[in-house]
Amino acid sequence: MKRRGVTVSNFDRRKFIKTSGVVAAASALPFPMINIRSAGAAETVKVGILHSLTGTIAIAEASVVDAEKLAIEEINKAGGVMGRQIETIVEDGASDWPTFAEKARKLLEKDKVAAIFGCYTSASRKATLPVVEKLKGLLYYPTYYEGLEQSPNILYTAQEATQSVVAAVNWLAEKKGKKFYLIGSDYIWPRTTNKLAKPTIAKAGGTVVGESYYPLGSIEFASEVNKIKAAKPDVILSTVVGGSNVAFYKQLVAAGLTGKNQTLLALAVSEEEASGIGPENLEGFLSCMGYFQSLKNPANERFVKAFKAKYGANRVTGDTLACGYTSVYLWKLAAEKAKSFDVPAVVAASAGLEFEGPEGKIKFHASNHHLYKHARIGTFRKDGQIDMIFESPLIEPNPFPKL
Amino acid sequence: MTFDIFVMQAFNGLSLFTVLVLMALGLAIVFGLMGVINMAHGELMAMGAYTTYATAQLFAKFMPSFMGIYFLVGIVFAFAVTFIFGFLLERGLIRFLYQRPLDTMLATWGLSLVLQQVFRHLFGPKEVGVPTVSWLQGAWQVSGDIQLPLSRIFIVGLTLAVSVAVYLLLFKTRWGLRIRAVTQNRAMSGAAGINTERVDAMSFALGCGLAGIAGSSFTMLASTGPVTGQQYIVDTFIVVVFGGVESLLGTFASAFLIGQMQSTLEYLLSGSMAKATILLLVIVALYFRPNGLFAAKVRR
Amino acid sequence: MANRIAEPPPPGAATPAPRASPIALLFKLGLPILAALLLIAIPSFLGDFRLGLAAKYLCLAFPAVAIVLIWGYGGILSLGQGIFFGLGGYMMAMFLKLEAAAQDNTGSALSQFYGSNLPDFMVWNSVEALPWWWLPFHHLWFTLGAIVIIPAVVAFALAYANFRKRVGGVYFSIITLALASIMAIVIIGQQGVTGGANGITDFKTFVGIDLDTESAKRGMYFTTVVLLLLSVLAGMFIIRSGFGKVLVAIRDREDRVRFSGYDPAMFKAFIFAVGAVISAIGGAMFTMQVGLASPSLVGIVPSIEMVIYAAVGGRLSLVGAVYGALIVGYAKTTFSENFAEHWFYFIGGLFILVTMFLPQGIAGLLDRFRASRDRN
Repeated sequence: MKRRGVTVSNFDRRKFIKTSGVVAAASALPFPMINIRSAGAAETVKVGILHSLTGTIAIAEASVVDAEKLAIEEINKAGGVMGRQIETIVEDGASDWPTFAEKARKLLEKDKVAAIFGCYTSASRKATLPVVEKLKGLLYYPTYYEGLEQSPNILYTAQEATQSVVAAVNWLAEKKGKKFYLIGSDYIWPRTTNKLAKPTIAKAGGTVVGESYYPLGSIEFASEVNKIKAAKPDVILSTVVGGSNVAFYKQLVAAGLTGKNQTLLALAVSEEEASGIGPENLEGFLSCMGYFQSLKNPANERFVKAFKAKYGANRVTGDTLACGYTSVYLWKLAAEKAKSFDVPAVVAASAGLEFEGPEGKIKFHASNHHLYKHARIGTFRKDGQIDMIFESPLIEPNPFPKL
Repeated sequence: MTFDIFVMQAFNGLSLFTVLVLMALGLAIVFGLMGVINMAHGELMAMGAYTTYATAQLFAKFMPSFMGIYFLVGIVFAFAVTFIFGFLLERGLIRFLYQRPLDTMLATWGLSLVLQQVFRHLFGPKEVGVPTVSWLQGAWQVSGDIQLPLSRIFIVGLTLAVSVAVYLLLFKTRWGLRIRAVTQNRAMSGAAGINTERVDAMSFALGCGLAGIAGSSFTMLASTGPVTGQQYIVDTFIVVVFGGVESLLGTFASAFLIGQMQSTLEYLLSGSMAKATILLLVIVALYFRPNGLFAAKVRR
Repeated sequence: MANRIAEPPPPGAATPAPRASPIALLFKLGLPILAALLLIAIPSFLGDFRLGLAAKYLCLAFPAVAIVLIWGYGGILSLGQGIFFGLGGYMMAMFLKLEAAAQDNTGSALSQFYGSNLPDFMVWNSVEALPWWWLPFHHLWFTLGAIVIIPAVVAFALAYANFRKRVGGVYFSIITLALASIMAIVIIGQQGVTGGANGITDFKTFVGIDLDTESAKRGMYFTTVVLLLLSVLAGMFIIRSGFGKVLVAIRDREDRVRFSGYDPAMFKAFIFAVGAVISAIGGAMFTMQVGLASPSLVGIVPSIEMVIYAAVGGRLSLVGAVYGALIVGYAKTTFSENFAEHWFYFIGGLFILVTMFLPQGIAGLLDRFRASRDRN
């Protein structure tokens, strides 16, 4: 019983002051450091970046911030937007959806940002949407997602579901075989994507021989691999996301299903995930995205070079990064076209806006806030890069397909 | 289900059993024997995994020709690093909290947040790629369609070795005798001349070291990232508690049961439903065995 | 060994001091001071944005108060208080969503494309008719009743069954933890009728009142505060009643109480149910103010955080729990706003420091200070 903490009797006032001092120091220290930069705010225009820097989704989301910061830096070096330098305020959504709503409100109400670049998961966007609509803010959403949404205050700069899965399924059914096995993480994007995939598969004359969902963060896929082996599908269509992919691919390959003897197309695995999964485990498997780092066009070469120069030669880009980078430029172009930072003016100017970015020429739809995009399919190389083997023409965005 | 699939599923159940044992053994010592609710156990596993990654980087840089054995060295390093960290943690934090087990939960929860951020700083927010050594890649081709992944066979062997070592340590050495004496009756052990503080520190460090070994070997199966630890912590606690907190044997039994349930249910159901069903079965089982599978005889 | 988990924190913090000192006065007036702070000081000094944040933290104070009751006084550690917080939140969300969907049949993108006025997530999951268990949530009074009654019934049944079987201590904690996981998995899996991982979002009005006006927000803040103070008051009443005395006795020596002829399971189950109701009310207010119900409120991490609020405030102090939730919430927001990339260090460090130096939380700190004064 001798180490029973500090007991009441030997606690004196000095200790009280000391301990309360510790807590006070821990909680009070950071306060005076707020907004040192906002001194010369008259000449700048503020934008917010709102992604998860901590928590489970930070794995995928934190690097998007780098791409967005790069674009902002480039624009600032080139003279800013309409002569005004961009001031960036980064907030952490912490992989927690109520926090996203809180931070979006902070950015719009307190910082009065002209635009927010942010969100990765659908859940974070859904939590942010009412805030952005109510406070009449503007959100650029740079992540491929399931569609079924069109907010007047959000511009969607990545693929919605029809722009990837329909093209991918048609290509697979034509080139690789008709027996599909669907596996995904258990949340809205995989389930909705597969809802679109199934009628498309049926229309292409294919069948679905298995469908399974695993909780986010799952690390055991051995039974699933056996199920796949028993079902012997021609094609595995994977919508597994995040850390689970590492386990999924490692266990698939360890069980003898490799890129050489099994067709697997992933809708959520880009070059960015390759180093974590291990390129040797990915070699030969397919990926469907709107952008690959290996794309050959001048804008992309500039982007990749600048990105590596700023963040290190071993960093890679990927679809979401390219969309985040593009978003910032799309906002700049729209603001310049509108000659205003006002949200309705920027949104109106965005309709039909064209941009020659890392993914080639893209264009906003006249009315539905999404972009015309290419669907691209590629094969993973040994070094984790992707060789493109199929490129669709620009696909019209259709966020509300007939399911 | 064909015969081939049956064999592979049976092996799968065995493999899951050993994975769970490896995950839970360290916690069974720290939590079960010492009563410390270590919420940072998962982060210690991640620490082991990152140590293995760092070892791989070192070997790739300085001794590329010995890359084949880096993994074995990595496991040893992982054990050493987490063991030392555990020792310091016990001396610096945990030992002040033994009388307040729930406070260990809060403090180690705080610690787990700090460790996650440390990993994020040192290794970046993304997962790192820990290479699987060439001799553990691929599968053992038993017959035409029966393939058993080498990495899983290795983990089965490793778990066996670790379990035997822990058994010998606890039941065949003087040190183990002291640990058992202290956990059974601290005051009497102290009176008999056992340095209980030292025993506490060493047992805690051992539990952490086992977490390091687990984390290190799981680099072959799953991801290594800042939040890797969170993927393990809940399952680990459930295995330990379901078995009966004070019983190491219970930990094995519960790992076996949960492993079998998981491999069977995941084959029959979708992954998510399998998970929910297992948790439900655990709740029902606890209803009938209120103190876990292997309950210590405590009068309540 | 692990039985220690069921062991209570050392008692003594709840007895009022004999002599009148400023600190003792602070203790006696704990609730009035809290009321003054929440009803007068905070709303007059904070702007609308910060007031909204305070309201959010206060919603999380409900489960913290509940945890003080069931853990501090009942000796039951629930690692699944998010279950009840989530139940309350989801039931309120169903009501608000149905109201939003009913108005939403003009002009919105969804109804334009699909011609349906079911809640949006049902539409795109091809759910054609409202599930039967959604129907009663059209009615306000049913919803309000259900927010109180359903968690109470669920909690009582669960707790009574388990406590009868003498499942206790850490085993019950793990059961609550497993239930929280199951609930999150089921909600995510059944996205057609629950909104899935996205949760239920985008509400418009509450019985016709626009939720996003400043006056509505102020109204919600004061409603939250009043409900919270009432919960604290109810808690105090329970603790000071004969029931509370038996409860503390059970916490300290369950076997002796049983031998005296009481049924401890009934007492523990009752306090657990009270805690569930308080948490559910907090969840319902959270949904109204933050504008979403999501499985991320149900799972393990938020449940553990709720325990932390209680621990920071002082696990024997109902008033302290409110401060705990306010302080941790405020610290989280401030650290993350100023150090978006490093704030985990601060918040993690805060938890470690509090457990090391303030084992009885903030309330304990005041308590010790008072004890040392009284002696001098």
